[in-house]
Amino acid sequence: MSEKIATRVAYGKALLEFAPEHPELVVLDADLSGSTNAAVFGKAYPDRFFDLGIAEQNMIGVAAGLATCGKHVFASSFAMFSTGRAFEQVRTSVALPKLNVTVVGSHGGLSVGEDGPTHQCCEDLATMSILPNMTVLCPCDAFEMRLAVKALLEQSGPAYLRMARLATEQFTDAIPGYTFRIGKGITLRPGKDVTIAATGMMVSMAMEAAKLLSQQGIDARVLNISTIKPLDHELLLQAAQETGCIVTTEEHSIIGGLGAAVASYLSETCPVPVIRHGVPDRFGRSGKAMDVLDYFGLNPAGIVEHVHKALALKKG
Amino acid sequence: MKLDPLSLPAAKSRLMALDMVFTAQSGHPGGSLSAVDIVTLLYQEILRVDPKTPDDPDRDRFVLSKGHCTPALYPALAMKGFFPMEDLKTFRAMHSYLSGHPERGFIPGVDMTTGSLGQGISAAVGMALAGKMDGRGYRVYALLGDGELDEGQVWEAAMSAAKFGLDNLCAIVDVNGLQIDGKTEDVMPIEPLDKKFEAFGWNVVKCDGHDFDSLRAAFRTAEQTGDKPTVLLARTVKGKGVSFMENDPGWHGKAPNTEQYQVARAELEAQLAAIEKEVG
Repeated sequence: MSEKIATRVAYGKALLEFAPEHPELVVLDADLSGSTNAAVFGKAYPDRFFDLGIAEQNMIGVAAGLATCGKHVFASSFAMFSTGRAFEQVRTSVALPKLNVTVVGSHGGLSVGEDGPTHQCCEDLATMSILPNMTVLCPCDAFEMRLAVKALLEQSGPAYLRMARLATEQFTDAIPGYTFRIGKGITLRPGKDVTIAATGMMVSMAMEAAKLLSQQGIDARVLNISTIKPLDHELLLQAAQETGCIVTTEEHSIIGGLGAAVASYLSETCPVPVIRHGVPDRFGRSGKAMDVLDYFGLNPAGIVEHVHKALALKKG
Repeated sequence: MKLDPLSLPAAKSRLMALDMVFTAQSGHPGGSLSAVDIVTLLYQEILRVDPKTPDDPDRDRFVLSKGHCTPALYPALAMKGFFPMEDLKTFRAMHSYLSGHPERGFIPGVDMTTGSLGQGISAAVGMALAGKMDGRGYRVYALLGDGELDEGQVWEAAMSAAKFGLDNLCAIVDVNGLQIDGKTEDVMPIEPLDKKFEAFGWNVVKCDGHDFDSLRAAFRTAEQTGDKPTVLLARTVKGKGVSFMENDPGWHGKAPNTEQYQVARAELEAQLAAIEKEVG
């Protein structure tokens, strides 16, 4: 719990680390390999790395073609472009034929900062989750990112991997026995009054919020939901039954992301109040990352505020 | 003039394509009939594929980038032995595997899911790139429509194929001059295609898409060209073989009614009979 490192940096390192044991791994990028860190792999394995230029649609199609020939392809760009510009290519050329392509989106969410709303992608979890056959991952820190890349290489099928621009504190490495399994969330903090289900960068903020809440006498459980799809139903159902209300928090629109998935699932199984904390139905804005996050209330105080809303709705 | 031996399977394919679209009362007869001769030649003479070893890593690949032309593809696959001819009757029907557009993993012999125009050529680039990476000698063929070339992705793919020097890739453009809304020159002018592809770093071969010898020579040139991909600009007639469908964009994606079907079938049967008579 000290080193600050962006998940995108961990991504490049992980590709490099796992390349020798996965000769089928091929990496593509669309002229952003320095930012996505795919270049780290490209430098070491120039014969397994291809830069497709500023042409994301073709990149995803080429990834699909490579995958039909036995390659496991990671195709990266900024989240807005790999999932937005190339959405239909991901849908029809990757998800429909169930190919071994991981679409990688760096610079997910508002923490892109200064580049502003054109580059702040708050829709990717929604657009990727809606596609059949897709696995959707949003690791919370660099340590978990490494584990996520490893897990993706060990499974087959279409996937989306979201990563962040901002360097944030790595903390899951300090948790004894921390493991990552696709489709499984993790309870980072036990609690009985309310559950905060967080994903990505909001996980560490949820832990901060839980500390603030404990000073107010509120015992908050914190879940790291790093797999948005398939959602860990078991863990969420248990949380709903035991704590009676849920707050979701994500650096993504409250429409279509983690909050929507959790609310949809629980409304059909264990209807308890689910309050969605995330980016409201508005575009982001330019500014320093932390300032933008604060502007939209994506901070521990914002989570605390939403917890109070959930508790007010909770029965009994 | 001596009749080409491929005239016979091509004439049979046209009948099957017509029957498929009529039975389904849905499908795309115009572009399928323009592509039949190209697809027939590919499956009868060019492609090294074997239904007994459909996953052979060294097999040639074919991507029907103009994915709506399954009435041209499925008869060729059936004749090659990938599935029973009988199944063509189930084209586009509920519970049939012969879906409207090609689906990988669902239809024997189909290497890539296509149907959204512009996407197939990128997949073909990926397949050719994989062949280069692995040092395999297979070739990749992709059939596109000329209307499809409106899609920007086609040109993204064209740039990348040239960048990677994919001389194992051969694109064929079915230049029938028509798309759904009318003539390609009116809907979205795309000529001069030869100069465009040349400027994108491709070897360009113009040929007659209904003349087997012209196509054979073009494919041979493609195979002999090193360091760059080849595109065949195959001039064709949309709706080829059915007089009232020829050069009429109205027949892009429409099934004939019973009366029209009978007229069309009589014409195609007469063509087949003439060929059978000559072949003996």
